[in-house]
Amino acid sequence: MDVKKTLLEFPCLKERESADGIKAFDCPKSHLERFARYLRDVCQYNSLTDMASIDMGEEAGEARFGVVYHFFSHDKKRYVRVVCMCDSSDEPSLPSLCSVYKGADWLEREAFDMMGIAFEGHPNLHRILMWDSYPWHPLRKDFPLCGKEAPLPESFEGNEDAAKVVPAPENGGPFHSPSCGTKFASEREPRARFDSSSGCKSGTSNSHIHGL
Amino acid sequence: MDKCIQRGFDARSEQGFIYTKLDAVINWVRANSVWPQPMGLACCAIELMGVGGSRFDIGRFGSEVMRFSPRQSDCMIVSGTVTYKMAGAVKRVYDQMPAPKWVIAMGACACSGGMFRTYSVLQGVDKIIPVDVYVAGCPTRPEALLDALVTLQKKIGSEKSTRALWTAK
Repeated sequence: MDVKKTLLEFPCLKERESADGIKAFDCPKSHLERFARYLRDVCQYNSLTDMASIDMGEEAGEARFGVVYHFFSHDKKRYVRVVCMCDSSDEPSLPSLCSVYKGADWLEREAFDMMGIAFEGHPNLHRILMWDSYPWHPLRKDFPLCGKEAPLPESFEGNEDAAKVVPAPENGGPFHSPSCGTKFASEREPRARFDSSSGCKSGTSNSHIHGL
Repeated sequence: MDKCIQRGFDARSEQGFIYTKLDAVINWVRANSVWPQPMGLACCAIELMGVGGSRFDIGRFGSEVMRFSPRQSDCMIVSGTVTYKMAGAVKRVYDQMPAPKWVIAMGACACSGGMFRTYSVLQGVDKIIPVDVYVAGCPTRPEALLDALVTLQKKIGSEKSTRALWTAK
């Protein structure tokens, strides 16, 4: 693809640095669909190979969530990456690319499920991995690994009192052997070094975490 | 009748009858023809298939009849990670099995969630259905599953089956 010509066509694009030499662009939300169509029809990037949603953390402000699109051209054997950030961190949304690339359907549903990014114009936007009544988005930075309380799937019949979705135990479970020397579980077990439900380190020093 | 059998069972002195307890007969029949319901959910299911193969041969213990219909099976072998999304289906299949029924939790995940201390995984299948035998391993070795089956057979052998016929289980 001709970068100069592309930038002339889309002045709103910004070239990004790329460690592996693959061309990468920042694209504003408003031009994403048109740019994707241009990539497909004019530049022969005929497949959307992957879509990765990102969470920059709460300190990133409104530009917290975004998606990295990976397009591939089967004719030219070449990739291009496009990064598009959402405007709002409370209700993140992006235009759906389903009308351009059919393969975007499940990728967008996964990003919606795991990260909570709504895709406007998606034909069938509901959760793909978790069940529909699940209230959280598990891959967000502020979601603890052990999980949060949630209602069980709609398909679950009976015995609801005995089992519901609760945070998984992170410490002192059956895989923590109490008899192997050190005093603290944090020194024996890598997973106990960070208590994801409280967000605090239960271990003795930070060096453990970096050393993993 | 050959001599071997004659030595153990003499038709003339026993008058054609065998005297035993009903419990013993029922338990003997049940324990040696356990039809498993293979609830294969993850990598433990591969080991379960290994147990069904000729090298380990679950048929030596009378359990080679894997039934994919819960209505024809006696023992559910939960082999693999039970996610919350799958938990409803596991419960439903268990509820459809006719009593008497038993459950083997095969492997770390089915016993306690295993390595998956995460938001999506049920922390042990015993949270939703009663488990008779827990088997360790990640995944479980076939020999360990056979050992669990023998343990289950011993457990079946100790049940008060006759009384259970008239009382709700």
